Amino acid sequence: MEKWKGQMMVGWKVLLSMGVVLLLVSATWSGLGTMSVQVRDGQLRSTPSFLGAVVGSVNYGDQVDVQQQQGDWMQVNARGQQGWLHTSALTAKTINVGAGGKDAPLKASGKEVALAGKGFNAEVEAQYQKGHQNLNYAAVNQMEIITIAPQEMMVFLAGGDLKPATGGGK
Amino acid sequence: MKSIWISLLIFAAMVLSACETMQPMVDVATAVGVASGKITQSQADSLSRSTKAVGESTAEITPEQEYYIGRAVAASLLYQYPPYSQAELNRYVNVVGQTLAQASDRPQTFGGYHFQVIDSMEINAFAAPGGLILVTRGMLRCCKTEDALAAVLAHEIAHVQNQDGLHAIKTSRLTAAFTIIAAEGAKQYGGQSLSQLTEIFQGSVGDVLNTLVVSGYSRDQERQADATAVAILRRAGYNPYAMVEMLTIMKSQTKPGAGFGKTHPDSQERINGVLSLVGSPGKVSPPAARQARFERALGAG
Repeated sequence: MEKWKGQMMVGWKVLLSMGVVLLLVSATWSGLGTMSVQVRDGQLRSTPSFLGAVVGSVNYGDQVDVQQQQGDWMQVNARGQQGWLHTSALTAKTINVGAGGKDAPLKASGKEVALAGKGFNAEVEAQYQKGHQNLNYAAVNQMEIITIAPQEMMVFLAGGDLKPATGGGK
Repeated sequence: MKSIWISLLIFAAMVLSACETMQPMVDVATAVGVASGKITQSQADSLSRSTKAVGESTAEITPEQEYYIGRAVAASLLYQYPPYSQAELNRYVNVVGQTLAQASDRPQTFGGYHFQVIDSMEINAFAAPGGLILVTRGMLRCCKTEDALAAVLAHEIAHVQNQDGLHAIKTSRLTAAFTIIAAEGAKQYGGQSLSQLTEIFQGSVGDVLNTLVVSGYSRDQERQADATAVAILRRAGYNPYAMVEMLTIMKSQTKPGAGFGKTHPDSQERINGVLSLVGSPGKVSPPAARQARFERALGAG
């Protein structure tokens, strides 16, 4: 009988705790308008368009406060910078570094950021390279060096008499 | 009593498995568990990690992981097809391509979009997940205008945007990967989990490569990529009819069952599909300055 009572108590405790869990869920669900940057270099633009001037940048793991959304663009505040970020740069998930649960390092050096990753990451890539001869990672690294600055793109569009549809990149 | 706490946390994870904001919640729950001495910090960390992994297995692979898969796919392709080292041509293709990518519905990927001409006269182009795009010299020869080159690149950007490469990876591999990631914290596999993950990584890269080089995407994926490309071209200001012109030249030069012909639907089928989207606005006549820079860049190559 005593044993049965004890089990009942445990049962109630479990139910009560599940209730607390559900309350916490709903509180978290309401959302505080915070999102994380899920790309290495996120570009903050002056307007919600790929034609908007780049007014700042955010790095992998940075948390941003979302102020408003227009189409696929979100106006955000990130470490004092304000601008529009395309939703492809953002995730609702918190990006953690390992078990410590801290935000990813703010500085964007490739190696440090890669260490922030889970699953297929720089460590896995290094291991994969060890076991394979027929790979040309040097050429891949070379490819990644070529980055066209937004200003150069604008000059290119104008020079080719290209008239983009405003609000492109949705 | 510990087992009750652990059951509760697993319950929390289940409740939250469809919710993207579950991690902060589980962090709160684990923090409570640790503070009250019901579970150890190590158990809390493991559960927190496991919960995150459960969330990931139901969603798409993260952009960061996509990036590493894409690098491996490109590294393999660039071994088979050496890069064509012509700096001016490569830069020009990158200016056109990266500008187009900004006009896509997915302008931002983890490592960004990068383009490389490869030294092969085969008519072909490949998009590795995450935005590493390769195009052969043979394919460039099918382009008579910058608009046509833009059409080729926009089609490849469309595959990246639609994540067609990632969809080629067998679900069982991803499930296995997420299981290992989840177990990693709990059991602290270390080297063993790394080698298992690497094996799954290798299989996943192989799935993508096989689709890009041997089997090709489905007709629906190709039709969708053409439609997406037309939208990108219009946004950037190019004449989408250039895709029809490029496909027509390709059709006359591609041997069925070789290169692009092996992995893509019949060019006439694609031409008809694109025509149904763009109508028949007639010959593409780019402004003189655009045509001049195109000829200069391709002449250099």
